[in-house]
Amino acid sequence: MKVFIYPTNSLILYDLVERFGHEPLAIMQEIGKKVRSQGLDSPPMNITPEDPKFGLKYAAVEVPAGVRGRMSLLDPLLTKAEAAIIVNDPVISFGCMGCARTNELVNFLLRGKKIPILKLDYPSTEEDAKLFVYKISEFLKSLKPAEEMK
Amino acid sequence: MEKITKMIVINSSKLLPSDVAMKLYETKDDIMVKETCFGIMVSGERAILDPLLSNIRKLDPYGIFIKERGFAPGEPFRCRATRRGGARPGFHNLETEDKILPHIASALKALDRGEIPGQKKQTKKLDIDKLKAIIKETEVSK
Repeated sequence: MKVFIYPTNSLILYDLVERFGHEPLAIMQEIGKKVRSQGLDSPPMNITPEDPKFGLKYAAVEVPAGVRGRMSLLDPLLTKAEAAIIVNDPVISFGCMGCARTNELVNFLLRGKKIPILKLDYPSTEEDAKLFVYKISEFLKSLKPAEEMK
Repeated sequence: MEKITKMIVINSSKLLPSDVAMKLYETKDDIMVKETCFGIMVSGERAILDPLLSNIRKLDPYGIFIKERGFAPGEPFRCRATRRGGARPGFHNLETEDKILPHIASALKALDRGEIPGQKKQTKKLDIDKLKAIIKETEVSK
């Protein structure tokens, strides 16, 4: 199953999802596509004429351009998502209003998709980590494995 | 074929990035390997990389963590050599998560042992009546 992870560039979540036999959906995949495609001077800062259209699907034209730009990157991941693992208030997501609003919008859209969602906090101790990994493994076991879906 | 880059973060007491690099060179696959301070970056076709890295993970299943990376090693948009030093974007998240990796490793070991962790005790918020009582007690009488 395709599992959306939030924070979208998390090493721990990407690794755990892949380890337990599912396909993680992370922002690196989309950035990689932009980097590898010809004609962009400074990916992912540059966008193609198609990208604002993806962003406009989620946010109106008067919404800060940063939100729409970020949403254009996240759109393919959100549309493919069949399940999601969300870490509440990760430190790394602290940033400008563009980042904050995009994060809120992403969480809102995931809730609206009616897909299985697991919400957790980042662990700070060993005991917390055990619970964190256990919950993720149980959640991923309850989903269909990636091979069965193909 | 889609060419991707994967990042291998090593948090192990028995494995060095150079050991993993040697194992990768031994495979003689068409890949590019770069050793870094946190582990290894490998670039190659997805069809080659995915099975290769699942084998590499077996060297230390609790000490090797893998994720995809958008940029290839030495990409001028991200490489510090062309950006006049400083941490590259993305490093800070890696640094934050790297601190938790030993806990995650021991959690994975516990999971393989079949340990079921107890639920975390929720700390209750202070009752409003109790707070009012405390305020009354500490109030200085006029």
